Amino acid sequence: MKFTKEHEWLRVEGDLVVVGITEHAASALGDVVFVELPDTEMQVAAGDEICVIESVKAASDILAPVDGEIVAVNEALSETPSLVNEDPLGAAWFFKMKIDDLSVLDDFMDEDEYKDMIG
Amino acid sequence: MAPAEGITISGARDGVRTEGAPQDRGWPVRPVPEYLRPAEEGGRVSDLERLVLHDLHVELGGKMVPFAGYEMPVQYGLGVMKEHLHTRSKAGLFDVSHMGQVLLRPKGSYEATALAFEALMPVDVLGVAPGRQRYGLFTNAEGGILDDLMFANRGDHLFVVVNAACKGQDIAHMTAHLSDTTEVIPVTDRALFALQGPAAEAALDRVAPGAAAMRFMDVAVLDSAFGPLWVSRSGYTGEDGYEVSVENGQAEALARALLAMEEVEAIGLGARDSLRLEAGLCLYGHDIDTTTTPVEAGLTWAIQKARRTGGARAGGFPGAGRILAELADGPARLRVGLRPEGRAPMREGVDIFAGDTAVGRVTSGGFGPSVEAPIAMGYVSAAQAAIGTVLEGEVRGKRMPLTVAAMPFQPNTYKR
Repeated sequence: MKFTKEHEWLRVEGDLVVVGITEHAASALGDVVFVELPDTEMQVAAGDEICVIESVKAASDILAPVDGEIVAVNEALSETPSLVNEDPLGAAWFFKMKIDDLSVLDDFMDEDEYKDMIG
Repeated sequence: MAPAEGITISGARDGVRTEGAPQDRGWPVRPVPEYLRPAEEGGRVSDLERLVLHDLHVELGGKMVPFAGYEMPVQYGLGVMKEHLHTRSKAGLFDVSHMGQVLLRPKGSYEATALAFEALMPVDVLGVAPGRQRYGLFTNAEGGILDDLMFANRGDHLFVVVNAACKGQDIAHMTAHLSDTTEVIPVTDRALFALQGPAAEAALDRVAPGAAAMRFMDVAVLDSAFGPLWVSRSGYTGEDGYEVSVENGQAEALARALLAMEEVEAIGLGARDSLRLEAGLCLYGHDIDTTTTPVEAGLTWAIQKARRTGGARAGGFPGAGRILAELADGPARLRVGLRPEGRAPMREGVDIFAGDTAVGRVTSGGFGPSVEAPIAMGYVSAAQAAIGTVLEGEVRGKRMPLTVAAMPFQPNTYKR
């Protein structure tokens, strides 16, 4: 699993990248009450704000970590936003992306580097 | 263009940055209440005052954030949602010592002080019986609201509690206008707690016998093992409960005694905000300010008959011309409750439309944990203010339905 400095995790699943947010981010956001997911078959560029997470405290964005196409979104989050707090690394994946070259993921942090970043 | 930021978390501060670069995309800004902003936005920690119980809040796991010039606990370990629900089901203890406590001691008669204080507000001060408290509003010459407050008749003097962010200007305002009749004495040697929720009565009565016998908006000085407590049966959550002023030196012992009770949990500012929003109560600086009048704000219940046209002491307060005219003719806009459709919260700053016409703006909004839905309040044109009117709020460039709704969103449980 790889990590972005925006507190997203990236997991390779076949030729797809699955994206979610870290436990640290979920905990900092507080109780999540609403998730807005992107459209599938949407082309996105790295840094695009493509999801919105609303917690009891505030709204936050999830950014596309890399260029690619959204091929699946986790509709369960629309029904049960609290999954983000309950199982951020598992059931609460946000979207799956198809990207041209999986080697771009090498540029992201591994778990130890991410842990160092959050202290 | 500012770089997109995503989820930015700033260390120990409660810092989920939320802005990204929405303005550049024509998206509405998503403002975050001051106390939810990271320290570097809300103020430098070194500039902030600390509560007397600062160390206790840290010990209890409080996340300390800047609010109104103080380092305040925004939440503890339970988190905002559970703290909110705990307050509604049992009892929550809030440290509100940042608020301004002020004594108004008559130099002459109590009546002269009450009348002088009354000249600052569209409120009947003289008619408040000994041992009773009332909600008040300082107004300016344009009828705008300088601050909202609670005041109590304590027999031979008045006790006033004002908002933290306004307390300096409020004390100056009272000193400037009351000094002929009254000594204006800021109380700096006492902490202030709110104990709120259905179990508050039993909890406080254990440490301050007599608390249970009080009614909503009664005030009393109750003896306790923590010295004399200045107690009012009131609060700002919509729940039954109390506000308790205690000597600084006894504050920690009182807080620990209450927190040791099974039904009492420490509750932070985050839940205080969602509780008061569900209760339909205004947050000064957001829902009311110098640009809103009490009539626009729907606070006409706070303007007693004695101060209205035809009353015994009609007018004679700052902004009376506008406020009395609005009482007679209706205001151009009104603060209303709003229920967004679906689950997406509409927060402060969201513009409200009727068709293509902009008709207002959300002044407070979020998710109501007890209502289990997004709720908001804001100002809309009087023509759009009827309950049931369906309008649209613009969130992230999309117009979403929202309906004008009755407040409170959550029924209050005051012991009248």
